[in-house]
Amino acid sequence: MTAILELRAVKAFYGQSEVLHGVDLVVEEAGMTVLLGANGAGKTTTLRAVCGMVRSEGEILFAGRRLERCATEQIAGFGVAHVPEGRGTFIGLTVEENLRIGGYTAAGRPDEKMQLMYGYFPILAQRRRQQAGALSGGEQQMLAIARALMMSPRLLVLDEPSFGLAPRVVEAIFAIIERIRREQQMSVLLVEQNASLALEMADRAYLLETGYVVSSGSAKMLADDPQIRRSYLGY
Amino acid sequence: MHQLLQQIFSGLAAGAVYASLALALVMIYRATDLVNFAQGEMAMFSTYIAWTLVNAELPFWAAFVITLAVSFVGGMLIERIVIRPVENAPILTAVVVTIGLLLIFNATAGWIYSYTLQEFPSPFPDRPLFGALMTTRDMGVIAVTLAMLVALFCFFRFTATGLAMRAAAQNPESARLSGINVGRMLALGWGFAAAIGAVAGIMVAPVLFLDPNMMSGVLLYAFTGALLGGITSPVGAVIGGLIVGVTENLVGTYLIASQLKLTVALILIIIVLVFRPNGLFGTAVVRRV
Amino acid sequence: MAETLPVDSTAKLAMERESAMGWRWAGTAALIAVAVLLPFTLSNYHVFELTQVMIYAIAVLGLNILTGYNGQISLGHGGFFAAGAYTAAILMHRYGVPYWATLPPAALVCFALGVLFGLPALRFEGPYLALVTLAMAVAMPQLLKYFDALTGGNQGIVLVKPLPPPELGIDRDRWLYFLVLLVLLVAIRVAANLLNGRTGRAFVAIRDQPIAAAAMGINTARYKTLAFGTSTLFTGAAGALAAIVIGFVAPESFSLFLSLSFLVGSAVGGIATIGGAIVGGFFIEFVPNFANDISDAAPWAIYGLAMLLFMYVLPRGVVGTLGPRLAHAIQELRSARRGAND
Repeated sequence: MTAILELRAVKAFYGQSEVLHGVDLVVEEAGMTVLLGANGAGKTTTLRAVCGMVRSEGEILFAGRRLERCATEQIAGFGVAHVPEGRGTFIGLTVEENLRIGGYTAAGRPDEKMQLMYGYFPILAQRRRQQAGALSGGEQQMLAIARALMMSPRLLVLDEPSFGLAPRVVEAIFAIIERIRREQQMSVLLVEQNASLALEMADRAYLLETGYVVSSGSAKMLADDPQIRRSYLGY
Repeated sequence: MHQLLQQIFSGLAAGAVYASLALALVMIYRATDLVNFAQGEMAMFSTYIAWTLVNAELPFWAAFVITLAVSFVGGMLIERIVIRPVENAPILTAVVVTIGLLLIFNATAGWIYSYTLQEFPSPFPDRPLFGALMTTRDMGVIAVTLAMLVALFCFFRFTATGLAMRAAAQNPESARLSGINVGRMLALGWGFAAAIGAVAGIMVAPVLFLDPNMMSGVLLYAFTGALLGGITSPVGAVIGGLIVGVTENLVGTYLIASQLKLTVALILIIIVLVFRPNGLFGTAVVRRV
Repeated sequence: MAETLPVDSTAKLAMERESAMGWRWAGTAALIAVAVLLPFTLSNYHVFELTQVMIYAIAVLGLNILTGYNGQISLGHGGFFAAGAYTAAILMHRYGVPYWATLPPAALVCFALGVLFGLPALRFEGPYLALVTLAMAVAMPQLLKYFDALTGGNQGIVLVKPLPPPELGIDRDRWLYFLVLLVLLVAIRVAANLLNGRTGRAFVAIRDQPIAAAAMGINTARYKTLAFGTSTLFTGAAGALAAIVIGFVAPESFSLFLSLSFLVGSAVGGIATIGGAIVGGFFIEFVPNFANDISDAAPWAIYGLAMLLFMYVLPRGVVGTLGPRLAHAIQELRSARRGAND
């Protein structure tokens, strides 16, 4: 399997403090990699390093391109769609406008893609002219993901998509992500607190602790590991 | 009653000018979180450019359009070159930069064009309308301002770039993640603001006469109008500017001699702000702690 | 065989702190010595200029307390400066109060004005507060012109410049220099005590995290109003000194431009510093003159350029940017020396 995203000895810094201490990570083409770990382990920082939002050292390769010196908007242009923690919705814009922004970089008319998104997330079609800020948490998450999907990304980066959502909503969202992954060979890099669900879906998993990768391998291997079971899966 | 209506209308014409400059201030505030104290002087400088073109025998509206284009580019360059270095600095640092810019524009205009008052032609004849209720010139100023506002509204509502600019102003990080070059959007914002300021300057110059200090009073009223309407609201800026224009006129006519006009107008508006500390249409910033 | 006992670490830290204090005292004493001796080596005009610098420094110090330490922006301090100046002028001119006795009333009047202002200002933040203070700066000259029976209107008030006490044997310019120097030293001392103590910490807490500060039990309304009053007290006292030293007050001298100058001086020196106020005073007094020397066609353009340059190179002001760097360098030196000694 070829890797669409590869991190080699990546360190990340907030100001003068080093918070990631040499992370190695792989996302396979059309695969899903999940990052697990407690709060403050560095999961979000890793995602931000990929998108050029924090100062980093080391190598970050995406589809043969080196990303370390690139600006965030350039990286988005290469086909990396990042749904940040807190969703990053444009709350002052309407649902429809949020989707249009998603389609800003992609070639072709956004209208067709928007119809596609309305197909995946019918609730968004209902609320298309409403201000995004008026949507519920689950709806905003769907909107954030739809916005990312408007970019027709090769790599979808998701930061805690299940946060604060009801289980049924989470299932629905992940079902759609799975579907698109199969249909469009999209790769996914996922940070999730909901470890059991994530390990079920993912191919590869990494466990981070205070900026280090302490465990890595196939998702099944980590799911079967008794220590991880106890700490993160609760049994 | 007739006089009251007259004063209201001429107040609206003055208010249209304040509304334009207020809109420019709000655009820049929304984009860069900064009050551009140099906005008035930039507008004054643009007006001098228009004046130079008109004196070179160009027809008025040609000079108008060229001045707007030059001002747009100038505004973008100023954002790129002068403001960019202090974009992430403490707010007071950026404020001082705009104050420095104010002085530079004012002094340079004085040096190039001297401080003598100059006449500036109005494209509208100065004739009474509706039985001396208003003049054609006032009508013209209001019409031009209205046209500009409609054009801006359409641009921001219906074009991709307009949407991108709004997104970049609201949430720069998310905008970048969507592939928008936020820096370029900021520059465009400054360009638009400079062009709007140029319109304000050109509209007011026939009345105030052109000199390097022409816009200082206008800036003060525009700043007041922008805050009255809510510094984050473009609609508020326009309405605030109009209210300030009418208030200034009515206070000057009915309440008090010219000297204290500004003070009284300011106090009245501050009283309004005490009841609405974020302006009439402004939104309180909801901060999660 | 004598063994030297290792000095324990707490004692070491205490010794280091004492030696740091020692250096600081020596440095301050040296600066004061220079300030005292300087006027005897300079011409009358330069002494007058330095006196102006110190007056501006006191005014900017007031602004630093409010805007730098407490985070409330003010575009109106020129107005409070004018209030102090005119209070002193009217007391001297109409009521024959001796010049040195006008300082306390001027300071008190401005303190009261500041508190009066600070109360409604509690409702405003950011640009809205800027507007309210701007109203002060704009209104003051207009009000001064309007109430001309009291203030002498447009013409202003001409004052008799004070005579130095004959026993001291120095001329008027030097006497006024020392008077202002004394007030400046007192002001710095008072400000330092205030800002380095509980009140100062409350100010800064309110500036940085107002909600957390309130949650911790800090009465934000009281401290914000206090910050305003203290700030205007300093600036008003500076205004009174200006009236005494220049011997003339007129509305035109206290325009909006003065308020903006104070703000610029504050930013150039470092808004949340005490030493920065002195740097700011130098900037306000001397840079316009230098600008005139460079270009007499457009001196203000050069002044504006100077502002831009200072902000690009030293975005936190001279003392604000260089201060921490100097402290850092001294830290490095000390830990290097400590390492060598161990």
